Amino acid sequence: MMNDPVGRPQDVTDLPPEAGGSFERSLPGVQEPDSSGMSASDLPDLSGPLTPSGNLRRRQLVSRLFEAAQTASALLAVAVLGLVIYSVTARAASVLSLSFLTHDPPLVSGESGGGIAPAILGTIVIVALATVIAMPIGVLSALYLTEFASPWTARAFRLVLDLLNGLPTIVVGLFVFGLLVVGHHQSGFAASVALAIIMLPLIARATQETLLLVPAGMREAADALGVSRWRTVRGVVLPAARGGILTATVLSVARAAGETAPLIFLSSIYGNTISLNPFSGALPNIPVYIFTSSEAAEANGFARAWGAAFVLLAFILFANIVSRTLSRRSALSR
Amino acid sequence: MRPPDSGDLPDDGASSVRRRVRIHAAPLAHQATQPAANGRAVDAAPLVGPGGAIERRASTQGREAIFDVKDVSIFYGSSEAVSGINMQIHRNLVTAIIGPSGCGKTTFLRSLNRMNDSVPSFRIDGRILYHGHDIYGSEVDRVEVRRRIGMVFQRPNPFPKSIYDNIAWAPRNLKMKDGLDERVERALRSAALWDEVKDRLNQSALGLSGGQQQRLCIARAIAIEPDVLLLDEPASALDPVATASIEELMQTLKNRYTIVIVTHNMQQAARVAERTAFFSLDVSAGKRSGVLVEYDDTEVMFTQPADRRTSDYVTGRFG
Amino acid sequence: MSSSTRLAGALPGNARSRVRLGDRIGDGVLYGLCLGAALLALLALALIVYKVIAGASPSVSRFGLGFLTHSTWEPNFGIFGAGTFIYGTAVTSLVALVLAVPLAISIALYLSMVAPRRVSAIIGPLVEMLAAIPSVILGFWGIIVLAPFLQAHLEPFLHSVLGFLPIFGSTPTTGTGLFIAGLILTIMVVPIIASLSRDLFLSVPRELQEGGAALGATRWEVIRGVVLPSSASGVAAATCLGLGRALGEAIAVTQVVGAGNAIHASLFQTGDTLASRIADQFQGATSALHIASLFYLGLILLVIELLVNVAAQWIARHFDVRRVGS
Repeated sequence: MMNDPVGRPQDVTDLPPEAGGSFERSLPGVQEPDSSGMSASDLPDLSGPLTPSGNLRRRQLVSRLFEAAQTASALLAVAVLGLVIYSVTARAASVLSLSFLTHDPPLVSGESGGGIAPAILGTIVIVALATVIAMPIGVLSALYLTEFASPWTARAFRLVLDLLNGLPTIVVGLFVFGLLVVGHHQSGFAASVALAIIMLPLIARATQETLLLVPAGMREAADALGVSRWRTVRGVVLPAARGGILTATVLSVARAAGETAPLIFLSSIYGNTISLNPFSGALPNIPVYIFTSSEAAEANGFARAWGAAFVLLAFILFANIVSRTLSRRSALSR
Repeated sequence: MRPPDSGDLPDDGASSVRRRVRIHAAPLAHQATQPAANGRAVDAAPLVGPGGAIERRASTQGREAIFDVKDVSIFYGSSEAVSGINMQIHRNLVTAIIGPSGCGKTTFLRSLNRMNDSVPSFRIDGRILYHGHDIYGSEVDRVEVRRRIGMVFQRPNPFPKSIYDNIAWAPRNLKMKDGLDERVERALRSAALWDEVKDRLNQSALGLSGGQQQRLCIARAIAIEPDVLLLDEPASALDPVATASIEELMQTLKNRYTIVIVTHNMQQAARVAERTAFFSLDVSAGKRSGVLVEYDDTEVMFTQPADRRTSDYVTGRFG
Repeated sequence: MSSSTRLAGALPGNARSRVRLGDRIGDGVLYGLCLGAALLALLALALIVYKVIAGASPSVSRFGLGFLTHSTWEPNFGIFGAGTFIYGTAVTSLVALVLAVPLAISIALYLSMVAPRRVSAIIGPLVEMLAAIPSVILGFWGIIVLAPFLQAHLEPFLHSVLGFLPIFGSTPTTGTGLFIAGLILTIMVVPIIASLSRDLFLSVPRELQEGGAALGATRWEVIRGVVLPSSASGVAAATCLGLGRALGEAIAVTQVVGAGNAIHASLFQTGDTLASRIADQFQGATSALHIASLFYLGLILLVIELLVNVAAQWIARHFDVRRVGS
C-alpha cells in the first residue's frame, strides 16, 4: 500500500523570497467556456525557480513539524517498551540462574534465594489445560460460523463472540468463582476454565478468518467429487487452515499466560512446593506470584518477583515473535 | 496580456484530420525557439488544403517551450521503463502522447510533475527543464512543482466531500480564501460543469456520474490556476458522450493552460491535439523500455509520418 | 446430502447404504459438535451475566440505584456505594483516552505515512508488543519505577506549573493515585488504537492521496484533508475498543491507584476504580453484603463494557468501516 503520498521530506534551502511576491494572481472575470476565450495572463512567478512560493514555505514547515511530532510519538512508544524491558531485565539479573528456574521458593518468605519452579510449572499446567478446553470449542464454533450458520445466525453469533471478548477479565473471574469455588475450594481447574473463556473468542475469531481464506475452489472441488461435508472439513478445510489456527493458539496462549485478574480469586492460595494436579487445589502460578509479591513490599520477595516477571515477559515476547513468523510464513506459502 | 485570438476557422470537410486551429499573432515574452528572421510577429505559414480552404499549421515556431526534456531515462529499480526521451512541449498547445500499452507513456507523464517520487525504486536520468529549471534539482520543492503542473488521473478520484469542498480544498490550502465562491464557480464553469451542479454544491461529489466526476476533477485542478495540465487518459473510463465533453473542454482549456494528454485512443489524439508524440517499446539489446519514436505536428504524424513504426501504428497495423 | 448419494450411487447395494449412513452420521456429528460449541459459547456469556446479576442482587435490593451515586464505602458499617469508583473509572479512562488517542494517531500516521517501509516493518511490531506486556508486570513496573519518578519529578513539576487547575491541585505525596493509573492505562491503550488506526490509514485508496498531492498539497494537508476524514469513523471504533480495555483493567490499576475511598478533585490523590476495587477487596471480603456489593460493582462494570462494545460495533457498521481485526 502507498506509504508515501507526497514523497519523502524534501530539502528546501532558504532562499530569499522572490521579487514577484505573493503567488496569487489577479483573476480575470468569469470565463465563458467558448472558443474565443481569453488567454492566460503571463505570470513571472510561473517561470521562476521551483522553490516555495507564496505561503508554501510556512505550510512545509507546518507539515514537517507534524512529521517530527509523529516520529517523536513512535520513538516514545518504543522507548517505553525498551524502558520496561530494561527495568525488568536489570532488576531480575541478580536472581536469574538455572536454580532459580528449578528450585522452590524459600520456606520463610523473607529469605533470599530460592526459585520459582512451582509457579512456572503451575502456569504451564493451568495454561495447557485452558488451551485443551478452549481450542476445540473455539475451532468448532468457528467452523459453525463458516460452514453451517445462516447469515443472520452468523452475525448474531459473531456479536456473542465480540461481547465475550470485551468482558472484563475480573468479571470472568467472579463468574468462575461463583461457579466452581463457592462451596468448594480454589483449584487450578477453575483458573483454567476462566482462562479458557478468555481465550475462546480470540481463537474462534482468528480461526474463522483463517477458514474464510481457504479458497472456495477447494471446497467446490471436494463437493464435485461427491465427498461428504465432514470429510471435506477434516481432509481439506482444516489442514489448509492449520497454520492460522496454530498462530491464533500461540497468541492466545501468550495472552492467557499473563492474565492475573481471574487467578487471584481462583488459584491464589497455594503452598511453596510444586503441585501439578489442577483439581486438587490452587496451583502456584507466575502472575499471582508477581502480584502478591508486588503488594507485599518485601525486598527479597521483590527480587524473585522481578525474576518471575522476566521469565513471563521473555516467554510472551518470544511467543509473539514466533506467531508473527508463523503467520508470515503461512501467508507466503499461500 | 496577449491580444485576443482571432476566431475559429471553419473545419475543412475534406481534411482527414479535423481540428481547430489557433493563430497566435504576437510573439511570446520568453522565447526558447528562434524568433522570425525579421523580428516581427510570426504568423504560422498558411497551407492551402485540397478543398481550397486555408489550413493553418499550429507550428511551434515562436512558441515558448514550457518543457524541455533532455535525454531522460526512467528506471524502476533495475528495469528501464523509458529510455532516451528528448522532446519539447510548447505553451498553450495540446500535446498528445500515444502508443501501445506498457511503453511508459504514463510513467513519463507522471515524471513531469514528480508524481513518481513516491514509488520507492524510481530513478530518473537526464533532465526535465520546466521554464529552464530542472524540476529534479536539489533545491526544488516538489509541492511547488505540483502547484504549477497539475494532473488529472485516469479514473475520477473525487474526495468524499461535497462538490464545493472538492474544488475549494486546494485553494484553501493555498490561503486563497477571498472570493472562494467565485473561484469555485469559475472553475466549474471552465470545466463545463457549473450548470449541472450549481444547485447541489453541498451534496457529495460521489453522487455524480463518471463523466461529471472527471469534469469535477478537472475543475479541481484548474481552481488553483496551474500553468500546465497533465491528463492521464482522462476519458478512458468514460462513455462516449462524456468523452466528447472532455475533449471539447480541452479546446477551451488550452487557451489558458498547456496541456499534455496521454491517450491510447489515436482518434482522440487526432481530434484534440496539435502535437503528437508516439512512444513505443524497444526490445533491442535485451532490455524492454519505452522510447520516443517520433514527435511532430499531429497532422504530420497521421498523414506523413517519418518513421515506419509510426505509420504502422497509426494505420492500425499493430498496437 | 445429494453429493454423497452421487458417489454412493456407483457402488453395490449394501456398500452404498454403508457409505451413505456413515457419511450422514459423520455430517450429523460434525454439525452437532459445531452447534454444541457455539451454544456453549452463548451459554457461557448468558451464565456470566446471570451469575453476576444473581451475585449482586442482595446489594441491589439493599441499596438500589442510590448505590451509583453514594460514595461511602465502609465494610465495617455495612455501608456501600459505588460513587468513588465510578468517578475513578471515568477519570482514569478519560486521562488515558486524552493522552492515548493523539499519541496513537500520531504513531499510526508515522507508521503508515512517514516512515520508510523497512523502518515501519520494525517499529510497527515493536508498538504492538507494547500491548503484549502483561498488566501485572506493567503495574509492578509502575509501583517500583514510575511512581518514584512521578513523586519526585513529574507531579511536583505539574503542580508548580499548572497547580491552579484543580486536577493538579494537591501536593503530591506518594506517586500513587489516579494520575499514575491513567498513565499506565495510556501505555496499555496506545498500541491497540495505534495498530488499528495504522491499518485504516494504509487502506485509504492511493488514488485519493495522489489526487490530493497532485493539487499541490503538503503531506500534512493530504493527511488532514483526505486520510484522516476517510478513516475518522474507524478511528472512533478503535478508540471505543481502547476505552473498553481501559475500563476493565483491574490488576495494574489496583497496584498503583492507592485504594482510596473518597472522591478528590486532584489527580494526585488516591482513588479507585470499579475493576480495581473488586480485585483489591474480594479475597478479604468480610460479610455477604460486602461480597454482594463487590458483585454489584462488577455488574456496573459489565453494563458499561457492554455499552462501549455495542457502541464500537454500531460505529463500525453504520459508517461503513472495514473492521480490521478486533
